[in-house]
Amino acid sequence: MTQRAFTLTATGLAATLAAASSAAAQGLDEKINEVFASSTGWFVSFIFSNFPGTSFPWIVGWLVIAAFIFTIYFGLIQARAFPHAIALVKGNYSDPNDAGEVSHFQALATALSGTVGLGNIAGVAVAVGIGGPGATFWMILAGLLGMATKFTECTLGVKYRNEFEDGHVSGGPMYYMTKGFAERGVGGGKILAVLFAIFCILGSFGGGNMFQSNQAHAQIANVVGDYPGWITGLVFALVVFLVIVGGLKSIASVTEKVVPFMGVLYVLTALVIILINFDQIGNAFGQIFRGAFTWDGAVGGAIGALIQGFRRAAFSNEAGVGSAAIAHSAVRTKEPITEGFVSLLEPFIDTVVICTMTALVIIITGQLVTDPETGMFVLNEAGTAIQTVSGNSGVALTSAAFSETFGWFRYILAVAVVLFAFSTMISWSYYGLKAWTFLFGEGQTKELLFKIIFCVFTWIGAAASLGPVIDFSDAMIFAMAVVNIIALYVLMPVVKREMESYLGRLRSGEIRRFK
Amino acid sequence: MSRKIVVGYDGSAASQRALDFAITRATAQGDSIIIAHVLEWSPYSFLTPSEIEERHKRRKEELDRAETAIITPMMKKVEAAGVPVTSTLKYGHIADTLCKIAEDEGAALIFIGRMGQSGLSSRIFGSVAGTLAQVSPVPVTIVP
Repeated sequence: MTQRAFTLTATGLAATLAAASSAAAQGLDEKINEVFASSTGWFVSFIFSNFPGTSFPWIVGWLVIAAFIFTIYFGLIQARAFPHAIALVKGNYSDPNDAGEVSHFQALATALSGTVGLGNIAGVAVAVGIGGPGATFWMILAGLLGMATKFTECTLGVKYRNEFEDGHVSGGPMYYMTKGFAERGVGGGKILAVLFAIFCILGSFGGGNMFQSNQAHAQIANVVGDYPGWITGLVFALVVFLVIVGGLKSIASVTEKVVPFMGVLYVLTALVIILINFDQIGNAFGQIFRGAFTWDGAVGGAIGALIQGFRRAAFSNEAGVGSAAIAHSAVRTKEPITEGFVSLLEPFIDTVVICTMTALVIIITGQLVTDPETGMFVLNEAGTAIQTVSGNSGVALTSAAFSETFGWFRYILAVAVVLFAFSTMISWSYYGLKAWTFLFGEGQTKELLFKIIFCVFTWIGAAASLGPVIDFSDAMIFAMAVVNIIALYVLMPVVKREMESYLGRLRSGEIRRFK
Repeated sequence: MSRKIVVGYDGSAASQRALDFAITRATAQGDSIIIAHVLEWSPYSFLTPSEIEERHKRRKEELDRAETAIITPMMKKVEAAGVPVTSTLKYGHIADTLCKIAEDEGAALIFIGRMGQSGLSSRIFGSVAGTLAQVSPVPVTIVP
């Protein structure tokens, strides 16, 4: 891009910024909503449409069926490779001479901080609030299956990445679509790659950015009282700008340190609450299993539980979306498959551990109202969700459940939500950037342009309630999964070859432990 | 008999004193010196996605810089004093890595300087000299 074109764009952006920051932002919201709804509504309804005659979104089926197929195809790799994945993360197979390179642990932690977020806190509350405790069962199942999808995409991400002369690497679905398809002599790779990159850029502006800053603002406002969203937006945009453009490592590294700490604190607090109510544990699991297969009064019965559980798991762990393939591909390793093994821990930690904790706390603290006579759940007046003790749903329900035991926890939760949102934004800015450079080429000015646009969206996200825009970008994230999974089907024999070769060498002792 | 002395050298004035002291001992006793430079690194620290992407490049830069700015001039200095010298450059936890080097090289002694922090900061963060004194497999000489 020429300097001139860049200056023009930058001026344009500045003008948009100034216009939108005026008090008349409300009017602008509506205008943007209108334009978006009319031009993109068809796409959103297509992505989120249900299988004919059901209330089951086909995109969720697409993800779960793919996960099921990969699980069978790779012979239950999530169970077989689990101990080895742990050993890899612990560094048992890392050559001490490679110290100073990115470790498997660091790759996993960074990828996790991009996925652990609102889905684990708010999404689960929504699932349990609508589908009842039974949703937890299906959520765990979807998480376990999703491990095979992550394994497939992350192995490919590393295998087909681009390595540049100066040592930096770029990888992700766009690269395995082009290089992998060409290698196998399959056509259409380039088209899929371009589609994926476009969806990824738009998804990074929306679900990975606007939605996050929007929810973070809602959470802050919930604690300190209501105030205009553009203030939060401006602060967030500024901090994101400092990190991704200014290269301000200190803020990023503080976040990257605090986020895992928050995650651990969250799980530990949940465990303590569960242990305090240990007499309820059996009952809670009873409810989870009963609700998964039988009518317990929740919305839609067992099928409703299944839909909610699958849906939230897919939303939360991003298995099949292709984002993790971008994150993991930057790791330096001689064996691409090892990154696949490590990445299969992600849906496990994200969904099977963290999401389940949230669900258990909500169930055990008795947030869901049951009919004392029949033991069935009582629905709210509209019949859209189970009645809760506090009348809350989403983040507020999780917050209420935790605060029941520890009143101070809602402040911690607010901080956690803000930090999770921030780390998710940093991760998605990277995913979007990789898709952007795939389309437009690498270069300082081009990259800077993307980053500036990204920050503008951060700000807009908190400033406005742009429902249709956020719907659109959510749809984009799932559109990524549509093209990505097609590529995974085409390339899964490549992964199988790698897997069998590696496991064979591991058995024969050719691949040795260092400690 | 000629022994090997590992000198933990990081370019600081304290490590310079340790090296100077090691040179006088080595000259007197006919020992050889291994200059060890350890770059602090934990495989469990957290990085952003772009830091991960650039890590390999940065590592190479860090190693090159350490080689030219720290190792090479000191090698020359020790050689000029007539003491046989080798060097090693590693990433890791400083005290642990120095112990590992001493073991791998079959060294008889470790020489290090000390930062001389007292009180609070060393209580919180610990000190390399203190840790090394506790865990080293060979005698440690701490040069003030």
